[in-house]
Amino acid sequence: MSKPHLELTSVQMAFETPSGPFIALDNVDLKIRKGEFVSLIGHSGCGKSTVLNIVAGLLQATRGGCVLDGHEVNTPGPERAVVFQNHSLMPWLTVYENVELAVQQVFRKTMSKAERRDWILHNLELVNMSHALDKRPGEISGGMAQRVGIARALAMKPSVLLMDEPFGALDALTRAHLQDSLMEIQQDLNSTVIMITHDVDEAVLLSDRIVMMTNGPAATVGEELHIELPRPRNRVALADHPDYVHYRQAVLSFLYEKQNFPDKQQAVAEQSGTDAQHDDRDDGDARDGQNERSGTFTVHSAPSGRTAPVQPAKETA
Amino acid sequence: MTTLNPTSPLTQSQRWLRAVTDKLSARHVADTARQLLLPAIGILLFLGFWHLAAPQVQTSLGAFPGPAQVLEQSGQLWQEHSNQRDRAEKFVAMQEQRNERILAENPAAEVKIRAYPGAPTFFDQIVTSLGTVLAGFVLATLIAVPLGIIIGLNRHFSAAVNPLIQIFKPVSPLAWLPLVTMVVSATYVSDDPMFEKSFLTSMITVTLCSLWPTLINTSVGVAAVNPDLLNVSKVLQLSFWTHVRKVVLPSSIPMIFTGLRVSLGIAWMVLIAAEMLAQSPGLGKFVWDEFQNGSSQSLSRIMVAVLAIGFIGFLLDRIMLLVQKRVAWNE
Repeated sequence: MSKPHLELTSVQMAFETPSGPFIALDNVDLKIRKGEFVSLIGHSGCGKSTVLNIVAGLLQATRGGCVLDGHEVNTPGPERAVVFQNHSLMPWLTVYENVELAVQQVFRKTMSKAERRDWILHNLELVNMSHALDKRPGEISGGMAQRVGIARALAMKPSVLLMDEPFGALDALTRAHLQDSLMEIQQDLNSTVIMITHDVDEAVLLSDRIVMMTNGPAATVGEELHIELPRPRNRVALADHPDYVHYRQAVLSFLYEKQNFPDKQQAVAEQSGTDAQHDDRDDGDARDGQNERSGTFTVHSAPSGRTAPVQPAKETA
Repeated sequence: MTTLNPTSPLTQSQRWLRAVTDKLSARHVADTARQLLLPAIGILLFLGFWHLAAPQVQTSLGAFPGPAQVLEQSGQLWQEHSNQRDRAEKFVAMQEQRNERILAENPAAEVKIRAYPGAPTFFDQIVTSLGTVLAGFVLATLIAVPLGIIIGLNRHFSAAVNPLIQIFKPVSPLAWLPLVTMVVSATYVSDDPMFEKSFLTSMITVTLCSLWPTLINTSVGVAAVNPDLLNVSKVLQLSFWTHVRKVVLPSSIPMIFTGLRVSLGIAWMVLIAAEMLAQSPGLGKFVWDEFQNGSSQSLSRIMVAVLAIGFIGFLLDRIMLLVQKRVAWNE
């Protein structure tokens, strides 16, 4: 394999707390090819979002580093566009203006005014939002706003698209719809994507590779699973596909047998509440109460018959 | 209460008729009646109580004025105002005639028109007060909003400035006034002053007392910008100015306007007190002069001023609300 597009090398992330440093991540190594779709999955608080924020440049790794196309990542930048969980559109700008803000900033010097306008419209077309150009984010549904958030990120022509639980706050039907759109767009543009998800089916359906993270503190990459399902993928056809079922099974068994959710830890965190400060964004999500299902994973009715979280297994070393 | 509408009377009455016929459903009538009725009852009860209670209060200037006397005095004040206007116009017209005569005799003669030297009327004082309060409020806004943005953006600066804000915020205008007066007299020395010293004194006092709510609200609004939006700004690598203009300022506009409305209310209250004490022209001076005058009508005239002050304060707040609705994105 040639030089990787994006490379994380022995990344450690420590947060200062009154009771000494809290090591959220340790020894995270990750290599990502160009055009690869990678999902990060793991229990709440395992540091998935921290990994994403380090790649985005919003956080600085305390040890190790992140290299994109031969350049070290230190600051945020539009070549690593982020789709946040709660769309993060400017509520005072219209749909068009929100994308315009990004396009203006990134292509001010390289595109003419007309070209920029076409590019904005093109990206909104891509996510099927051309009908609501003059609407404010408050006037459209959450799913539509998330589409616009994706359009804004795509409009930056990022070399890596970072998605932090992009569909977590949406209802199941809207989510399925957006997942299909995302698959199409990603196939057309051949963009490199890192996506954080809580949803096992979403991970299997969308990804080329699933990176499963161990529980924190000092979380790291536990297992990697290459998904070699043919594209384009159809969720209905795949539901009974033996490979699909097998991949799902593999992820579930990692999450619930090898890395069973640390219930005790959760209870402590909930009681003290102060732990949340040095935790990653996942805890913030839990407070939103929108997508958090008390630490369990979204498991849709599975053909394998193993739908419920399995009994707490004995600690595996 | 009637609303002033600048459109032509014909279309206005037509529109009114249509609006009335549209609203003639029983529920609408009931709603409108309830909306108008209760405030009307409240006002009537108040007037009745005032009318009955006022004569019971005896002062050295006669009985406390009831609504009837106050109404009479407001008519009187208006009369004085229009008389004064007439005299002023005649005064100017007389000068113009004289100037024409002089110019006819000698075209090279230098002529000038002196302003009417009569005392300002109640309505002149209102205009003066409004001018002063607006100047003070605008100055306060120009200081408070940028400073608030800096405080909101910089945690260290905020920590450094916060105790000062907390200490100066509750200071009464009456405490500032002597200091401001002395400083203005000492520093604003000019042969041809652009502003009256009294104007500057009241304006600066208004500014000092009214900038705090805007300052605090702006800094809180700026500090409370959604962190996700800040991250978007970082990812886009917005420059500092673009960041402030496109993200911080719009996001804190609702908070800033809440502060501005409180500030304007305070500015108006402070102004009246400052004018009374500083003897600078305006409504406060009108009240003070009437108090010193001590005629049998003084109390009624002061009461007219009290009602006018209240009504103007209410209008100022309404105007701010309208501006907010035009400017703020969440309205």
